[in-house]
Amino acid sequence: MASNGKKDPVLVVVQLSGGNDFMNTLVPYNEGAYYDARPLVRVEQDEVLPINDTLGFNPNASRLKELYDAGNVAVVQGIGYPNSSRSHFRGMDIWHTCEPDTIATEGWVAKLIRELDPGGVQPLTGVNIGRGLPRALAAPGVTATSVGDLDNYGLMTSVEVEAERDANLEIFKRMYTPAVGAGAVMDYLSLTGRDSLAGAEILAQVPGKYTSSVEYGENPIAKSLRDVARIHTAGVGTRVFYTNHPGYDTHSHQPPVHPRLLQEMSGALSDFLQDLREHDAAEEVSILVFTEFGRRMKDNGSGTDHGSGGGAFIVGDAVKGGLYAEYPSVKPKDWLNSEDLKHTFDFRGVYGTMLKQWMGVDAHDIVGGDFEQLNPFDRTLVA
Amino acid sequence: MADEKLELMAHLLRRAGAGSSRAELEEYAARPYDDVVDDLINPERFPEPDDDVLVRYFPSLVNTDTPMLWTNRWIYRMVNTKRPLEEKMTLFWHHVFATAWFKSEHGPSTQHHIQMLRENGLANMRQLLLGISHDPAMIYWLDNSENLGSAPNENYGRELLELFSMGIGTYSEDDVKNAARAFTGWTFEQPIPLYPYGGFPSRFRYEPEHHDDSEKTFLGVTGPLNGEDIIDIIVQQTATARFIARHLYNFFVADEPQVPAWSIQEPEDKGGVDEIANAFMESDGDMRVVMRTLFNGDSFKKARFTRVKCPAEFVAGTLKLSGEIREPDPQMWKLHQALAAMGQTLMDPPSVEGWHTGKEWIDGGTLMERINFAVNHVGDPNRPGTRDIVERLAAQGDSVSPESFVDTCLDLAGPLKAGDQTRQALLDHANEGGDLRFDGDAAREESAKRVARMLTLIVAAPEYQFA
Repeated sequence: MASNGKKDPVLVVVQLSGGNDFMNTLVPYNEGAYYDARPLVRVEQDEVLPINDTLGFNPNASRLKELYDAGNVAVVQGIGYPNSSRSHFRGMDIWHTCEPDTIATEGWVAKLIRELDPGGVQPLTGVNIGRGLPRALAAPGVTATSVGDLDNYGLMTSVEVEAERDANLEIFKRMYTPAVGAGAVMDYLSLTGRDSLAGAEILAQVPGKYTSSVEYGENPIAKSLRDVARIHTAGVGTRVFYTNHPGYDTHSHQPPVHPRLLQEMSGALSDFLQDLREHDAAEEVSILVFTEFGRRMKDNGSGTDHGSGGGAFIVGDAVKGGLYAEYPSVKPKDWLNSEDLKHTFDFRGVYGTMLKQWMGVDAHDIVGGDFEQLNPFDRTLVA
Repeated sequence: MADEKLELMAHLLRRAGAGSSRAELEEYAARPYDDVVDDLINPERFPEPDDDVLVRYFPSLVNTDTPMLWTNRWIYRMVNTKRPLEEKMTLFWHHVFATAWFKSEHGPSTQHHIQMLRENGLANMRQLLLGISHDPAMIYWLDNSENLGSAPNENYGRELLELFSMGIGTYSEDDVKNAARAFTGWTFEQPIPLYPYGGFPSRFRYEPEHHDDSEKTFLGVTGPLNGEDIIDIIVQQTATARFIARHLYNFFVADEPQVPAWSIQEPEDKGGVDEIANAFMESDGDMRVVMRTLFNGDSFKKARFTRVKCPAEFVAGTLKLSGEIREPDPQMWKLHQALAAMGQTLMDPPSVEGWHTGKEWIDGGTLMERINFAVNHVGDPNRPGTRDIVERLAAQGDSVSPESFVDTCLDLAGPLKAGDQTRQALLDHANEGGDLRFDGDAAREESAKRVARMLTLIVAAPEYQFA
């Protein structure tokens, strides 16, 4: 809680890994060009859940549509960046670091964590739910905590005698004190070791504090967002959460796979928001759901190849629901390189919006410039 | 305390294998270094590891359709093989040609894929690229089974160039499209139905009717190119030699920046990478020659503890130290969970990019998993490796000074080079308990506990994270 008694804003980033097919998520169901380009991997006109005369949600995203109808979802249409990379490696790297032309070492979320906690005194400012730290959270001198299993989190937990374990942990702290001339990797290791110990001591208390009537689905993204809810409602000072929903790289067999992913994602977001509301902990949270690129206009007979022009969702109670930026034209004459959607809004403007308007920090240095922003909030907690 | 010959051999065994027990280390170190390298690159001189014996204890291994049990079997091989480099090359190529089970959910093909890497790991590059191009798991993973003359799917063509051989920025978009066209019709067949017989591997099949036989231009060569022609052209490129050399350097010598940086950032040790790349060019990509050059190079010999262990190395190396799973052992069926928690599910890399390596293995969560795993295994006085260290200390006399206690443990756990800060922390801890005593059963038992606790602290030290 901020010193003036107001709650601090919290950002939850959900990464749809692999490149979500935005066109099949929010479907241009009155465009013949869409159906021409997608003879197989498509959502039929009579199946979509329309939100206006031209666009409708995939029926498997019905719970996202409910949130949209309630005014809790801002859809950012057609986001991307110039000369979109079709490589996952580069594509995700660019989204994580905001550096399309050079290889950057600092992730945008890590830079946000540094802004929020310049001295790095609070090890739980940034928390990743999952195993392995995404590049977005990595930067020299910034520690973000990665939590794979919230229910069994701690160091040397197999040492049974408590006094012995405590003494071991004191020695551990000495061994992990950054030393002059130890080198960058050893410094990183030292910092990570000390911070993870400090974080573990706090996180060990979290599961015992949480009860909820919300029953989440049995899938990884639901489990991850439930962990976000448990940590957030425990009030341990986390300002940025990050988690990952994998599987969107649907080159083949997209028809059975993509609908399941949309169901899991939509259901988890809806349950998560409900859970926060139940704990009176929703007003300070905004969720950004993004993916590294869209997919090719034409399907390949089974799935879709990497393309450009993806979409993002900003979800939360403070959100002014609706459509933002422009849906890219699906008419063949407008295709980029004769095969791709042309992006209409730079992704760095989306990050900038979340950073400046929601989190109240200067976005310029984090995203590497001034990019046009959206106005997707009814109200914010920052001046 | 440790001598240079022993330290160098321990370094070689950590990099070319999964590390060593003390007895193995001493045996290897008694031989000339070059001879050991020669044996390592000629694994057929030694018997294959007998992992079939596991089936007798764990019948479910026969028809398992997930990579989990096979991961444990692979770790068993890493720990017990007399052909350490064979397993290490398999792991290396698995990092480069990252292919996952989760898309096909077809266990037999995934196994076949790993076995193909094992059989070709020290062959030449052409054979390796042909191997992956004919491999059903790869074909399905990168959709080449959907790459038809009438509707090309460029996924395999692109990744073959970008991630498996040349690296981004060394070819054009047209080269990608034309490489993809050359591999049209390269698919697989499932000769035996999955049900009711269970899982059987698929087989490569070439379908001429789906192959685009028209003229294409790839890297300046024009003709009715087929997949083999593309591979022949790729293996002659200096870009391929450099890209693979950089991968080898990153995996065997010292941590490099991540792959996406390579098109922009020069290697820190350019000479070291060049030496490997030259050996590649001069030998036409013969991996035995390349690996001999690598292990005998000064860059390699000097690069001690300059790589963060990947989870497979960390787990297998820790089990070497604790002396476990030298025989079939029920607890080995949990190893795959430990690897997954450390961020490496073998046979299930997160994407075709493979794993990010080096310090990116380490974050708050994975560091904790690694330390907890090592503590759990080495910190138990009943583990064979831990008992062996107690015996060796006892052999020093009835009384061992705190200083000798710390240094002997560091030596026997590696030899591990501890920084001043770590060594001082360990020494202060040892001093609190005074001399280690072995006179009488009670003293021995007490000392065994103290040794186990010292090893707990050593494997929790930051230095233990490095290979």
